[in-house]
Amino acid sequence: MQRYVFSRIGQALLVLWLAFTVSFVLLQALPGDAVLIKFLSPELGLSPAQIAEIQAAYGSDTPVILQYFAAIANFVTGNFGYSVHAGVPVSQLLAANLPQTLRLATLGLTLALAIAVALAFLSTLTRFAFLRNALQALPALFISVPTFWLGIMLIQVFSFRLRLIPVINPSELQGLILPTITLAIPISAPLAQILMRNIDAALTQSYVEVARAKGASPAFVLWHHVARNAVLPTLTIAGILLGELLAGAVVTETVFGLNGIGGLTEQAVRSQDTAVLQAIVVLSAVVFVIANLVVDLLYPLFDPRLRTRQEVLA
Amino acid sequence: MTTIEPTLSLNTHQAARPRGHAQFRRIVRRVQPGLLLSIAVIAIVVLWAIAPGVFATQNPVLGVPVDKLQPPSALHLLGTDALGRDLFARIVHGAVHSLTGAFVAVGVGLVVGTALGVIAGSSRGFVEAAIMRLADVLLSIPALLLMLSIIILLGFGTVNAAIAVGATSIASFARLARSEVVRVRRSDYVEAAFGSGGTFAGVLWRHVLPNSLTSVIAFAALQFGSAILAISTLGFLGYGAPPPTPEWGLLIAEGRNYISTAWWLTTAPGIVVVIVVLAANRISQGLGGHGR
Repeated sequence: MQRYVFSRIGQALLVLWLAFTVSFVLLQALPGDAVLIKFLSPELGLSPAQIAEIQAAYGSDTPVILQYFAAIANFVTGNFGYSVHAGVPVSQLLAANLPQTLRLATLGLTLALAIAVALAFLSTLTRFAFLRNALQALPALFISVPTFWLGIMLIQVFSFRLRLIPVINPSELQGLILPTITLAIPISAPLAQILMRNIDAALTQSYVEVARAKGASPAFVLWHHVARNAVLPTLTIAGILLGELLAGAVVTETVFGLNGIGGLTEQAVRSQDTAVLQAIVVLSAVVFVIANLVVDLLYPLFDPRLRTRQEVLA
Repeated sequence: MTTIEPTLSLNTHQAARPRGHAQFRRIVRRVQPGLLLSIAVIAIVVLWAIAPGVFATQNPVLGVPVDKLQPPSALHLLGTDALGRDLFARIVHGAVHSLTGAFVAVGVGLVVGTALGVIAGSSRGFVEAAIMRLADVLLSIPALLLMLSIIILLGFGTVNAAIAVGATSIASFARLARSEVVRVRRSDYVEAAFGSGGTFAGVLWRHVLPNSLTSVIAFAALQFGSAILAISTLGFLGYGAPPPTPEWGLLIAEGRNYISTAWWLTTAPGIVVVIVVLAANRISQGLGGHGR
């Protein structure tokens, strides 16, 4: 077991290091000198000596390989460089924007889980075939809807047609309702699909038949025998889902004009602020790797069958 | 249950050809109306892209200022925008941007990803490990952020956005192609081909590649739908085609400014995107693809 834990942590660190390298190559090494591009423009009227001074201040006059090692050292110590656009440390920008995005992402994930569980359970329990088919078709529809368009449609219906949520100066709670729904619906689709598939698979197991034969109602069987077996495998896509949440936040925050990591990302791309984007890419890779690591390490605790298998292997 | 059915229908289809009429009729009965409808939708959109003038006679770029912001009517099926341009004409003329973008994106992912996957699957040791670790890393970065990183590198534009979208699917294509190649390599006929003196490249080209392609193609169809979605997202964010272009995502972004007065400007292009993506996904499922 101990060897398994260490090898998984080692793999996670390897993926993180590679992700950092890929993002460095894409965003720092290949585009040339972002500092030069910004300050060389004639409108600024800087003398070559001044430009050289700025380059030295940003550390962009050293060879790329040295910059790479310096960047690794900086990232490990929590220094993500300077935002060329905003002129403040990237870590400061991230710290200022992270809380809003975390709140939105937490709400969105919670709602997505609720939608997915409701869809999966209702489609299993309903007695009407047409309702079951309709519920099972919903995730496919959710996946096909552009997130940004969904947000705009919600604003249109709830703010402009029904006038339920004010557009100008909504309260904090009101301002979060529509973004949360926008973020949650695309995330709920893969969750619901996996849940439905797992419930279908679990329903064919013999222990379900035994429980039914003993006179248990469908709802009882679903809750006591099927749910746990169907919900666990959903954990395995946690890493992908968190990444999708962050990507969804980019679009959602842009549509609703919210501050947060997503809005920051959108601005960084618009102003070619590579340092900010690299920090966000690395941050998302960290989230992905940690989520997968936690799931891999905790999974055996929830599923006794895996635990024994691993002990046999180790 | 539902995931098994498409593969079954694919198999009967392949087996049916030599058997003839009776079997053919059974296939026709098996074809679901939803699949036919999806094929019809994609066919219409492809026709929009090839000959937009046939479907929409009005000018998509030059508007009639007097007719601005008109609601849907017999003259303007989907209404007009702030410059008096017919929205239906703009959607029809925009099809070519979304479709070519999606084709380029899927092409990039299919060619690069399959090549990497085939190389990884047919070589052992360091090369395989290196390629597959790289795929792992690309999958650990959310697709949208990877797209944005590539767009910052390449600059804004229709083709650049399409390449960025395609790059995000390289890792998935590589993984799928590798697992297919590894599966096919173990089969008897490949060993037989090697045994009868086939060179490595020859066997790869004549036996391994054709037999690995079926599931790769089905996956490509699925990617087509998500590529249209991703391209419209990039267009909406303003990283794709520049403004006069009637790209679908950009149409929605422009319509946003008139959301309180002209609902049709955002609603109509969005519904078109949803229908096209749904149709592409349904066709992929029919091809025996991995339903997402």
